[in-house]
Amino acid sequence: MTDLFLENARVVDPQNGVDRKASLLISAGKIAAIDPDAVPSDAKRYDLSGKVVTPGLVDLHVHLRQPGGEEDETIDTGTLAAVAGGFTSIACCPNTQPPLDTQASVELVRQLALRAKHCRVYPLCCISKNREGNELAELGVLFAAGAAGCTDDGSPINDAELMRRAMEYSLMFNKPILSHAESSPLDKGGVMHEGLVSLELGLRGMPAAAEDIMVARDINLAEITGARLHIMHVSTAGAVAAVRRAKERGVQITAEVTPHHLTLIDEALRSFDANFKMNPPLRSAEHVEACVQGLLDGTIDAVSTDHAPHAPEKKMREITIAPFGIIGLETALPLMLEKFIHSGLMTWPQLIERMSLNPSRILNLEKGSLAVGADADITVIDPDLEWTFTESEIHSKSRNSPWIGRHFRGRAVMTIVGGEVRYQLS
Amino acid sequence: MSVSKETWGGPPALWTRPHLLGLETLSKEEITLLLDTAERFRRDILEDPLATGRKIPLLTGKTIVNLFFENSTRTKTSFGLAGRRLGADVVEFAAATSSLSKGETIIDTAKNILAMGVDAVVVRHGCPGTPHILSRRLENCSVLNAGDGTHEHPTQALLDILTIRRRFGKIEGLTVALVGDIAHSRTARSDIYGLQKLGAKVIVCGPSTLVSQDWQKLGVEYSYSLDAILPRVDVLNLLRIQFERQVVRPFPSIREYALLYAMDAQRLAACKKDVLIIAPGPINRGVEITPDVADGPQSAILDQVTNGVAVRMAALWLTLSANQKSLNKTI
Repeated sequence: MTDLFLENARVVDPQNGVDRKASLLISAGKIAAIDPDAVPSDAKRYDLSGKVVTPGLVDLHVHLRQPGGEEDETIDTGTLAAVAGGFTSIACCPNTQPPLDTQASVELVRQLALRAKHCRVYPLCCISKNREGNELAELGVLFAAGAAGCTDDGSPINDAELMRRAMEYSLMFNKPILSHAESSPLDKGGVMHEGLVSLELGLRGMPAAAEDIMVARDINLAEITGARLHIMHVSTAGAVAAVRRAKERGVQITAEVTPHHLTLIDEALRSFDANFKMNPPLRSAEHVEACVQGLLDGTIDAVSTDHAPHAPEKKMREITIAPFGIIGLETALPLMLEKFIHSGLMTWPQLIERMSLNPSRILNLEKGSLAVGADADITVIDPDLEWTFTESEIHSKSRNSPWIGRHFRGRAVMTIVGGEVRYQLS
Repeated sequence: MSVSKETWGGPPALWTRPHLLGLETLSKEEITLLLDTAERFRRDILEDPLATGRKIPLLTGKTIVNLFFENSTRTKTSFGLAGRRLGADVVEFAAATSSLSKGETIIDTAKNILAMGVDAVVVRHGCPGTPHILSRRLENCSVLNAGDGTHEHPTQALLDILTIRRRFGKIEGLTVALVGDIAHSRTARSDIYGLQKLGAKVIVCGPSTLVSQDWQKLGVEYSYSLDAILPRVDVLNLLRIQFERQVVRPFPSIREYALLYAMDAQRLAACKKDVLIIAPGPINRGVEITPDVADGPQSAILDQVTNGVAVRMAALWLTLSANQKSLNKTI
């Protein structure tokens, strides 16, 4: 494996308190030295003046669809989209067909990811058998097979007793429970956030309370069990407030928010474009503001894409029938740069904490660091590159993004996984 | 006086929209123009059969498709008659037996119809926004919304408003109550937009599970008590309970609903003497209205139906003319 020498970049590594101009020597897949005195003559040198070098971005909430949903995405195309977006590690959700509730299916995903050779993939396994919310899946076997955490994402665990038991059972494995917090009966038939816009459009609403109630329930269960609870895709002011209070009480809880819930509001549905249909739904402006504040003050630990590919013909259906979700791997970093870095709301270390270090910690991945000896998973970002997100350049197999045609400033230009350049913007 | 294509005159310059998707986006002037045009069609064409044969060939050579994905009797017939009275060819698309049951997307269905050479599509669909999506995908073809889910039903609201205007001579200053299943009513939404723009006060009234307080944010008053508002309303629009659209049952029984909201002789006695009662139909006799009131002198339910043809003639003529204008520009 060729040594790499990255020089003249701004290196941002919040884990180790680094934010300065530095050079990195990468050898045998690891960070070999920072600002070395001597560089091997055969090392491949990259002059990264004007670029920012960070620990590889980590996305703990991705839908790769394989097995079973290959018309939407494959592990190959999904992980390629990941490295193109600057992600070196992703966790993928178990709502595949069959669901990831057996050792075989978890190992299949890991094998396909190794074969695809783009980024690292950490499967999440089901909490309940067949994601039906009735019986516990064999969590011990699944964790042993390599699952990084468990979730029935896409559906909530409506049975509070089962959720309590899953939390208690997870304790002996020290793995997080990732909760898709939604009260299904309240959201039945829902298409978008319940509010004035849904009333005007005649689209059935999904009230913020449907999320608040489930977040509150899961916090209470985490409190009595001591389990590690992670709230996925937080989207309401109530959920943010509940997580904040829980953290103040010392509950072991973490939370994530998606770029779309930080940047889009329910008004977008006036277009009736199914690319604005997601679950949780795009909320009204006050909820978005609460999520932004939550991410800024650390209540929300991580940014996750909830990358949810759907083949074009599915999103072409009427908005009431079209499936929920959008792709996000290739737009997450640009959106975050625009919303938080270019605006001055966040420092670089704060952003990288939320897009690399914290998601890594939530899943015990031991990523998010550029210390000597760490895996050389690195993202090189050009913060000022002007570019347009076009349909033809999407690496994901699906096209369900509301940002096609959007102009951006800044993106990942090189992604290194285990010391190998896995993506380079041409 | 006999009216002919030559003496009718060209389409008014103020109207530039090739589609009629809803009343929310129309200006007061545009709504007034639609109403005035409908009024002319009613007076000069529909009410003068000896002179005109109830026809005027303003859209000769044009083809209109009725694309109804939900059941409809009166709206579909009304649009069909309106098109034929203007000299257009009207084709019915039987959605229930179409490729949709084979999983075809609405876009593909519409493109196929367009490829057959069609000038206008009249769409009714259960999903809000479907006409809007179609209008963006279909080039050189007018799209008229004949009801999209629980969103809008612009021609129904226009015929309601025309009926009111013909009775009172104005809209401004009137108080209009929409009674019943507001939550699932596309007519209610279009009525609210249209009536408010023309200066009427709108009250939505019905069970609290079907009447959102959020309507206040749009300047609409809400009430759960029909009896409380009766003395001060000029118009009552009695909306049907749309059982087929309800995801959950919003009230315990029809009997209870009728007790609270059915318009009967006793409630009529509490109204102003000249109160106007309208209903989009089909009416459920005994649920939202009792037979004596439905057939009584205050009711304009059948007058609405006549106005419906006139309004749809106006909508088809104006949108198709605007579409033709944009075609001429591109050629």
